[in-house]
Amino acid sequence: MNLKKDTPIERIWNGIYTENPVFCLILGMCPTLATTTSALNGVGMGLSTMIILTLAELIISLLRKIIPDRMRMPAYIVVIASFVTMVDFLMEGFTPGLYKSLGIYIPLIVVNCIIMGRAEAYAGKMKPVSAFFDGIGMGLGFTVALFLLGSVREIIGAGTWFGMKVTPASYVPVNIFVLAPGAFLVLGWLVAIMNRLKIGAGRRPGVDPTQGNMCGDCMNCMKLGLCGGKEECTENVVASVNAPKPAVAAVAGSNASPAGGTVNKEEVKGV
Amino acid sequence: MDERYQVSVSPHVRDSITTQKIMLAVIIALLPACVMGVLNFGLHALLILILTPVAAVASEYVYERLLHKKITISDLSACLTGLLLAMNMPPEIAWWIPVLGAVFAIIIIKQLYGGLGQNFMNPALGARCFLLIAFSGQMTTYASKGGFIPTVWDVAGTTDALSGATPLAYLKLGEHFDLKALFLGNVGGVIGETSALLLLIGGLFLVFIKVIEIRIPAVYLGSFAILTLITAAVRGYSDPFIFTLEELCAGGIVLGAWFMATDYVTSPINPKAQYIYALMLGILTWIFRLIGKSSEGVSYAIIFMNCLVPLIENYTKPLAFSIVKEKKAKGKEEQA
Repeated sequence: MNLKKDTPIERIWNGIYTENPVFCLILGMCPTLATTTSALNGVGMGLSTMIILTLAELIISLLRKIIPDRMRMPAYIVVIASFVTMVDFLMEGFTPGLYKSLGIYIPLIVVNCIIMGRAEAYAGKMKPVSAFFDGIGMGLGFTVALFLLGSVREIIGAGTWFGMKVTPASYVPVNIFVLAPGAFLVLGWLVAIMNRLKIGAGRRPGVDPTQGNMCGDCMNCMKLGLCGGKEECTENVVASVNAPKPAVAAVAGSNASPAGGTVNKEEVKGV
Repeated sequence: MDERYQVSVSPHVRDSITTQKIMLAVIIALLPACVMGVLNFGLHALLILILTPVAAVASEYVYERLLHKKITISDLSACLTGLLLAMNMPPEIAWWIPVLGAVFAIIIIKQLYGGLGQNFMNPALGARCFLLIAFSGQMTTYASKGGFIPTVWDVAGTTDALSGATPLAYLKLGEHFDLKALFLGNVGGVIGETSALLLLIGGLFLVFIKVIEIRIPAVYLGSFAILTLITAAVRGYSDPFIFTLEELCAGGIVLGAWFMATDYVTSPINPKAQYIYALMLGILTWIFRLIGKSSEGVSYAIIFMNCLVPLIENYTKPLAFSIVKEKKAKGKEEQA
């Protein structure tokens, strides 16, 4: 899919598929593995994270010119922690069952890598609208991932889905899947399926990646091989890798087409 | 130039022994205990013992076929994994549980990590622990309809499986069990673990034909025996020596020590590391069996130590002679 960068739809698609926080960035593993014992817990955790992420990204983006660069981390934490406190109290009041089963993982959203990472890499530099939709996209991506993980674990491990019996009576629940090892197993399978969808059948044996438009140096590429060797190694990416200082690379990036330029700037600053 | 002069990369010393021959030797060594399992528990045990290796070999073939890899089923390692897994199954288990375990052992534990030689834990034991957690009810029901010889089921010498408890459950309480039955193997338990005598013969056969070193089993069983003896004496059990012998003959420790802890891929290479590995196996088994809540812990002890093997080997790297000499030389220079 070729979408215009930083538009609402592109941000949402980016969060759910292109850079899914769980399946592609492998961020936020602690709540991902620990709270997905059932589909309901997964969705609950995902939605509460999404609300906090969206609001925090919006506020941080609005404040990005006021927050001094050196003090940005404490400032981000204060913003995130305020929203976490609100969600914490609201959940305790309105969804006591879910609040009890998620336990410590609600307060721990304060230090969730996805929220910190998006604040640092995106919201702190971009306009509020883009940041808001980035939060929705990443939050949806996280929710979808947790929903899938929780569903697979609950169906195999307990034979139920959102508490309803979905398997035939003769099915023996494999209860290792609702325990910790099952979380790792299912996450591994889902990441493998996701890679299969994104990368395709993989590199055919005998095809030389250094030929054509591929430089073959995916380990040192800014895209970190996330494209799966499918995208061309443009001069921008290679230039920003080889540049001695990030600032120079950012300038080099802005010389290119406007759409590609902004991404390069963002990625360079993120590093 | 002389034809005998050849330039090649190492290894230069070669032997006629192959992976296939080693695996075949281990399978032969296990067969007497399998026969005992069938005599003890009946034809269903035979079905499990045949079905599990078939499932293991089939899943290895299918995986390698699908991934366009070299088909390695003829090296018999998958067959051995399946056999060891089958020997770790309760006698009346539903047939699909060990089949699922065999698929898990071969595909998830062995092939996903790169196939034979790359797996970080013993595939058969990893699959057994997976099944033990996944189907804890079925995996701990040892009651059997009985086989061709009378099986001793409890302290009183009953030959009907009423409770389905294993001898270890009685030993856990500090009671004595029939030592002769434990040694010969007509007791309850998983299919292949009951006969200490036949497993010992198989293990010594492997030592005799130099497939395994005696180091790991000897240190493992020795350290476990000493710790058990001390514990039995401190707790004031009657006849601590007999109790120790019963602990050594009961459960999976003989099978584990001779056939699973000595697995080439998942045990250390150098002797010093092997001593540490075996000693810690003994200590862990003692903790699981006599200190902890459960009555058996051999499989957990072995897979736990399998994961620690790279660490142990890292700390016991043999030093080259020159390095030692240099250090000494430096010391002398400083003294001078």
